Amino acid sequence: MFETFIEAIHQAIILIWSGDPEVFSITLRSLYVSGLATLLSCLWGLPIALGLALSSFRGKKLIRGFFNAMLGVPTVALGLILYLLLSKSGPLGIFRLLYTPLGISIGQSLLITPIVVSFASSAIESVDVGVRDLARTLGASRFQTDLAVMHESTWGIILAIVASFSRAFAELGVAMMVGGNIRYVTRVLTTSIALETARGEIAFSIALTIILMIIVFSLTFIINFLRRT
Amino acid sequence: MFPQSKSTKLFLIATIVIIILIGLGSYTYFNTKITTKQHLIVSTTTSLYETGLLDILKVEFEKQHPSINVSFISQGTGLAIQTAMRGDADMILVHDPARELKFLQDGYGVNRKVVAYNFFVIAGPSNDPANVRGLSPTEAFTKIKEAGEMNSAIWVSRGDDSGTHAKEKRIWKAAEFDDTELRTMDWYLEAGAGMTATLRLTDEKNAYTLVDIGSYLNNYANGNIKLEIIVDAGKDTLNVYSAIANVPKKTEGSSLNFNASMKFIEFLVSDGVQQIFLDFGKDKFGKPLFNPYVKLLESGDKPELIQWMQDLAYFNGTECPSQYRYEGDYLYQIIHKELIIAHIVLDFQH
Repeated sequence: MFETFIEAIHQAIILIWSGDPEVFSITLRSLYVSGLATLLSCLWGLPIALGLALSSFRGKKLIRGFFNAMLGVPTVALGLILYLLLSKSGPLGIFRLLYTPLGISIGQSLLITPIVVSFASSAIESVDVGVRDLARTLGASRFQTDLAVMHESTWGIILAIVASFSRAFAELGVAMMVGGNIRYVTRVLTTSIALETARGEIAFSIALTIILMIIVFSLTFIINFLRRT
Repeated sequence: MFPQSKSTKLFLIATIVIIILIGLGSYTYFNTKITTKQHLIVSTTTSLYETGLLDILKVEFEKQHPSINVSFISQGTGLAIQTAMRGDADMILVHDPARELKFLQDGYGVNRKVVAYNFFVIAGPSNDPANVRGLSPTEAFTKIKEAGEMNSAIWVSRGDDSGTHAKEKRIWKAAEFDDTELRTMDWYLEAGAGMTATLRLTDEKNAYTLVDIGSYLNNYANGNIKLEIIVDAGKDTLNVYSAIANVPKKTEGSSLNFNASMKFIEFLVSDGVQQIFLDFGKDKFGKPLFNPYVKLLESGDKPELIQWMQDLAYFNGTECPSQYRYEGDYLYQIIHKELIIAHIVLDFQH
């Protein structure tokens, strides 16, 4: 068992080193699909986070609670719901999003929106109240004050974005059920790992898993490094 | 208000890196995705897909029809039919005649063609604890059940409503057992997974399972399993793959999809592809994983096997009764030539 594992890792390294075009394209597709998902979730997630952190209104706790609860939504559950919604015979079928990369991106963006909202709003809230007061006393408008607070929480927001990207990049349920794992079209890293394992192509699976982990870890590492300097 | 601090610069750098990453990704994505092409989606079974045969067919088909891009979604036969019924696939390529007939009867599919066949075998541990080597499938199932009840054998079922699972249920039924009762028993495990995953589970447990010969040979050669073929091919374990096009709907673009499906079915029964079926896996396994049906029919060899095929996979003596055909009669002409002649001769005699 141990020997086969070593052998598999050996093959995996060769596969990555030789720049196998399919491995390369799957990796890029994964980056694209999850990158777009992150972008989309920031589009609506960051304004919600700002609203939650910087203003007070009735029902705020309820909304926060909702997003916190949604942090743990199972990807298969979301995948199944989206599959039924996006299917041609489903209510959103006319958009023809099932089995397309854009469909996966939208699904993943919904998956990670709670991460963006919760993490970013906590980061913004944790900025010292003094910054706000200082900005106000220096004659800043409401908008300028908000900008100042956001600026102070830049790293917190970046971390929220990176965490949500990693979650989208590494999830399987939505990509499998909404994307259908179609070769050259919707096959991403996680779905190919599932397929190749089911096929018994363990070396190939390990190669893809190594790539997946390298990308996730190095992203976190780079952000941490930049933050310290 | 917004000082050019170090962190702002870093933030800019990080943003630029992310944008470049996304740009690079989308560049390759749009390069590989063919937007102007007709997109044909075939929902198919794991046993066909996992062997890699369909990847070869995709390349060949797109060479012959450059305007069509074909994609395969690999699922169990049950789910594959569901996907087509929802309208999310344009055609199916499956192996469960009973459910295929239902698919036609319910008005979802037309123009069924039998494409290829192989056999199921019972794979099990080499020491054969249930002592079923060489028996018929129904006898073997009975003995495995007996051994199971004495805790000396384990049976692994696909348990995923696939074509293989349907066949297994049919054999249990032929052996006069009720599979809903069996599944409550300790020696009867349900994998709920694709063929390779089920085989690996069977291998780990030193159990028996029903498997199509293509998946068995493929996994045995890859070293995934050490199971042996305990019960070999026979009439009761024939496995027939058929293609069925979805009924064309009168919505925009659907007729195009229907035409593409028909092209793919024509392609599957063409001489070239039938030869691909025959050659696929021969060098690696010494015998083909899937046998071409049209070739068998044309050659007229093995009349007994042809009879088996037709007993199992024909409905009212034809692969597709005429009420389930739509602009597809030409698909059946070659094969029915002899039958038509036979009928004419009969008419004369009357």
